[in-house]
Amino acid sequence: MTVIEFEQVHFTYPGGEREILCGIDLRIESGSFVAVLGHNGSGKSTLAKHMNAILTPTEGRVLVHGIDTADESRLLDVRRKVGMVFQNPDNQIVANVVEDDVAFAPENLGVPPEEIRQRVDTALRQVGMYEFRQHAPHLLSGGQKQRVAIAGVIAMQPDIIVLDEPTAMLDPQGRQEVVSTVTRLCRENGMTVVLITHHMDECVGADRLVVMSEGRIVADGSPAAVFSQVELMEREGLTVPETTRLLFDLRAEGFDLPLDALDTEACADAIAGSLKRS
Amino acid sequence: MLKDITLGQYFPGDTVVHRLDPRTKIVLLIVYIVALFQAVSWWSYALVAFVTVLAMILGHITPKNIFKGLKPMLFIIALTALLNVFYTKGTPVVEGWIITWEGIGRSAQMILRIVLLIAGTFLLTYTTSPIALTDGLEKLLNPLKKLKVPVHEMTLMMSMALRFIPTLIEETDKIMSAQKARGADFETGSLMQRAKALLPILVPLFVSAFRRADELAVAMESRCYHGGEGRTRMKQMKLQGIDYAAFALGALFLAAVIVLRHFGL
Repeated sequence: MTVIEFEQVHFTYPGGEREILCGIDLRIESGSFVAVLGHNGSGKSTLAKHMNAILTPTEGRVLVHGIDTADESRLLDVRRKVGMVFQNPDNQIVANVVEDDVAFAPENLGVPPEEIRQRVDTALRQVGMYEFRQHAPHLLSGGQKQRVAIAGVIAMQPDIIVLDEPTAMLDPQGRQEVVSTVTRLCRENGMTVVLITHHMDECVGADRLVVMSEGRIVADGSPAAVFSQVELMEREGLTVPETTRLLFDLRAEGFDLPLDALDTEACADAIAGSLKRS
Repeated sequence: MLKDITLGQYFPGDTVVHRLDPRTKIVLLIVYIVALFQAVSWWSYALVAFVTVLAMILGHITPKNIFKGLKPMLFIIALTALLNVFYTKGTPVVEGWIITWEGIGRSAQMILRIVLLIAGTFLLTYTTSPIALTDGLEKLLNPLKKLKVPVHEMTLMMSMALRFIPTLIEETDKIMSAQKARGADFETGSLMQRAKALLPILVPLFVSAFRRADELAVAMESRCYHGGEGRTRMKQMKLQGIDYAAFALGALFLAAVIVLRHFGL
């Protein structure tokens, strides 16, 4: 089932000269983990902001569960379906205590108090922050704050969670925490995840990888298939995983190797196999 | 260095005073202040002081905590005391002096009144978390919503400001270090020079505060915030037995002070 649908979406900021999105067509399937990769200014954040009606298209339309995001009367319906996590963890936490922050969205939706309590506890357990529920957010690490922000979104019980560069301000450990949390939410809880990033290693675990450049989608497919287009990726200023890079260079030297072996083991097997054959 | 600043100065704890509903504590503080200003003689002051000390013991607040908070007020206390000593008419201490016995007594009472007033207020802020305080205030001011007073918005602003104090302090610290690294000098020079040196801190701080506010607004909207209408709260405030007991004691206390005043004590 398609949960988010972009139909020929064009977007220019009011008063802006340059078109940020130039005719995007994209369908996101329920329960999938989609990564959107692109360098700065490729329009990937603008794309994300269209998914919960923070921005609406200048031309074309975006449908969330069949609801047009430009329809102001359905705004809350769209936003409760699509949860959004932003880059800076400090600027999206509203309360002084972790559990109060997680309760913010359900409180806004007028959920009865006992149910909010349940939702908050479940959400905090899902992101592994339950023990920190009484803590002050400013004393947590970046990765922990971002997990609280994710809990704050899932307490709203959305179908889709969109993360707009959630790891850009985090250290490697924090990045790892966030990525494994969202992967688990998708795999175990069946949530649709859209992860916007410029770290290619965060895309490896996704079902589908969309590469953006200059407001257009330039590649779309499984991570293995997309990364094997090494020349295209390099032209877009994006790095490919080291395994793909190695296989690509070896191929250039005349070895008969596939390009879609992403993890280290598969890559080693492919090289060993090729050596045995020759 | 900036991290040492604590605003709101809340001492977490689990005493009877901590467990009281914030609304009860706010109302009791008002009762306390009214009683304090009804006190006329040493007898009634003694009663108020006794109640204050009792509350401090119950709330595990040491006199040291209170005196720390009193320090910035020392000047005002001293000034009030001096004025009262010199400007009260009565029997002079020594024939021909301006200082009178009445003046000394009156200024002592004034000092006591200000100290008790501040101690009472601190008892509230020391034992109530800022969030509980704003929540209690919102609940108490709720009737004003009928008069179109934006109570929800005001209290949300207050709690949001409290939430961002540590974040902005951290940011100020960072900016100051960055400016110092480039040779800025905040410690020496005349007052004017030092004030001018603060400008390169304030400008980036304000720019970043506005950017934060903008991002925060978007994040709040994304989480379906649409004003106070139809909002529920996870933590319901409920008055317990101890709250009613506290109200009863508060009423008794006020009555006692008024009775004492009636008899001129």
